[in-house]
Amino acid sequence: MNEEIKSLTISVYTENNIGLLNRISAIFQRRHINIESLTTSQSEIDGVNRFVIVVNVTETNAIKIVKQIEKQVETIKAYCHTDEETIFTESCMFKIKSDLLFDEPQIQNIIKESDSNIVTVNKEFFVLEKSGRRNEIESLRRDLNVFGIMQFVRSGRIAVTKDEMKITEMLSAFNNQ
Amino acid sequence: MKTQTINTKQEVAEKTQRISGSEAIVRSLMAEGVDILYGYPGGAIMPVYDELYKFQDKIHHVLTRHEQGAAHAAQGYARISGKVGVAMATSGPGATNLITGIADAQIDSTPLVCITGQVPSHLLGSDAFQETDIVGISTPVTKWNCQVTKSEDIPEAIAKAFYIARSGRPGPVLVDITKDAQFGELDFKYEKCKGVRSYYPVPKTSQASINAAAELINNAKKPMIVWGQGVILGQAEEELKAVIEKAGIPAAWTILGASALPTSHPLNIGMVGMHGNYAPNKLTNECDVLIAIGMRFDDRVTGSLDTYAKQAKIIHFDIDPAEIDKNVKTDVAVLGNSKESLAMLFDALNENTHESWLQEFKNLYTIEFEKVIKNDLHPTKEGLTMGEVLKQINIESKGNAAIVSDVGQHQMIACRYSDFNITKSNITSGGLGTMGFALPAAIGAKMAAPEREVVAIIGDGGYQMNIQELGTIFQQKAAVKIVVLNNEFLGMVRQWQQLFFDKRYASTEMTNPNFVAIAEGYYIKARKVIKREELADAVKEMMTSKESYFLEVCVEKEDNVFPMIPSGASVSDIRLS
Repeated sequence: MNEEIKSLTISVYTENNIGLLNRISAIFQRRHINIESLTTSQSEIDGVNRFVIVVNVTETNAIKIVKQIEKQVETIKAYCHTDEETIFTESCMFKIKSDLLFDEPQIQNIIKESDSNIVTVNKEFFVLEKSGRRNEIESLRRDLNVFGIMQFVRSGRIAVTKDEMKITEMLSAFNNQ
Repeated sequence: MKTQTINTKQEVAEKTQRISGSEAIVRSLMAEGVDILYGYPGGAIMPVYDELYKFQDKIHHVLTRHEQGAAHAAQGYARISGKVGVAMATSGPGATNLITGIADAQIDSTPLVCITGQVPSHLLGSDAFQETDIVGISTPVTKWNCQVTKSEDIPEAIAKAFYIARSGRPGPVLVDITKDAQFGELDFKYEKCKGVRSYYPVPKTSQASINAAAELINNAKKPMIVWGQGVILGQAEEELKAVIEKAGIPAAWTILGASALPTSHPLNIGMVGMHGNYAPNKLTNECDVLIAIGMRFDDRVTGSLDTYAKQAKIIHFDIDPAEIDKNVKTDVAVLGNSKESLAMLFDALNENTHESWLQEFKNLYTIEFEKVIKNDLHPTKEGLTMGEVLKQINIESKGNAAIVSDVGQHQMIACRYSDFNITKSNITSGGLGTMGFALPAAIGAKMAAPEREVVAIIGDGGYQMNIQELGTIFQQKAAVKIVVLNNEFLGMVRQWQQLFFDKRYASTEMTNPNFVAIAEGYYIKARKVIKREELADAVKEMMTSKESYFLEVCVEKEDNVFPMIPSGASVSDIRLS
């Protein structure tokens, strides 16, 4: 029974408490699963945090992991989605020498074609920012690498689901108890 | 504390009082009904001990000889009483010494509240004296934990801790409290916690799942129940018995499920698992419907999953949704509290009997009796067996004692051969397999239920892992009966070495001290038995003693425990020799 390993996005709604990140990441560590990316932020509900975790596992394993995450006292709800079920993006920044902007006219074309934005420019360097799919960001990095990149950083995936996630109803059910 | 909780206004302090954080800790414990706690003082928890001194007529602190002993004693207390056990320790080594007990409680679903002192908050992260990140360390082995750095957060943290420890599937929680929070003042008002908004402890049992389960069971020709500790934790012993009797289903138990149904019940077919009984293991692979109740298909129960009950429809009753389909794919999952779900099942079941199916269990029992049990309980060879010691204890206790076992061969023998009439009577370290558990756990059990006879059955290896707790037994005058089954080996490991490592007995032979002298050094009455003729009298003397009593029985050195499912083998490949 060799089930296919997929890129899956696990979304977790939690209380905003110290130590919860540790508790959730331990669930992956214990099963020897590498986290491809992890992003945490405020969710659509005040005081409720949202984790977006990308892992490469089978769906069977992902369901077990989701249950283990939900079992944590301060997890409100966890979901697992395939790429097709989500709208997702990553963002990245490049720091590049300003001289290149003038010495290498091709760079300007790359910037335009890549749909990226210049965040700031000064005498020494300029900073370029781009959001998009991993392959677009990788392609831009390869193009710019030819000229030399002073710094590069990429965020984890953020994703929203096409289907609705009924967190607000769950929370209001608690408040009405 | 950002988590929203539901609290009810009641309990000790009706009106607000200005008190210290440490007093708030003790008052919070009393508001939760704590009358005994186990612990060990030290720098970062001293303010709390100062308060315990003031309240010593209301709350009894038991000074163990090691913090691990405190954690296990709190477990023993919780396991026999069904109440939350409380352990306390200082920061650093005090806190880390609790960890084994906490991990044990986590895997065996035992409600514990552990309170640790912590260095003052301005020193956190500075590698201060006796500072350790106990919240980080305990995270993977607690149901919930938190650190309190402000006095005013103490009552809420403790209220939450007790609520989480005891509700749903119980487990250990840890509250780490900095020394400045203990010294600081707060307006004290205690409100018991009744809910945490992100936490759903008991899933609702759906009638549809009950109907689906009942239909499978009502149509089954060879149904079999395997129940676990979920029945005991859910206080569903009567409901289980009613279900078993109404539908006439042979029922087996996991090690932690033992004693939920009396051993003598005609439908009780014994223990499943690696050293369980022959019939229930073998017939797991013959039944047509397997009804698992409050158990988690541990690998020591299932053996190889690829060959486990493949022919059967699986019904799984559990309070924890994460257990469903974790190890064994179920056909019908029934979520919820076992007390409620079993009562609902009872209503949906037809009255039935399965005489010829039950006869199959009896036939296999006869084989097990001839090949194994007879030799264990009625040996004809010279050396004493562990089994005959248990048989003698049964005779004296009439099946009414609580048996606290450690880990290893003697544990399997104790669980296989003890007679249990009363629930919550088998206290043992099941999931974690913690050697050293029994002696301190027996102290906790005896103090929680002084009216019960509590007998600790321990091997010579595990005994020496927490032997220091003899000091606690002596100081507390805890009338624990201690039986050490001494084979001068780490017997279970030796058995595996014999069977799977060509008898290379690496580091399993023990040169033991004079155990009787050690017990007597703690002023505990002690006796050693070498010959069969002395055994009955010695056990009788122990069981009739009003005080604690130590009995060492020198048993055959190289006896093995059978039946046995070799690690990774199928339950149907269970060996009788």
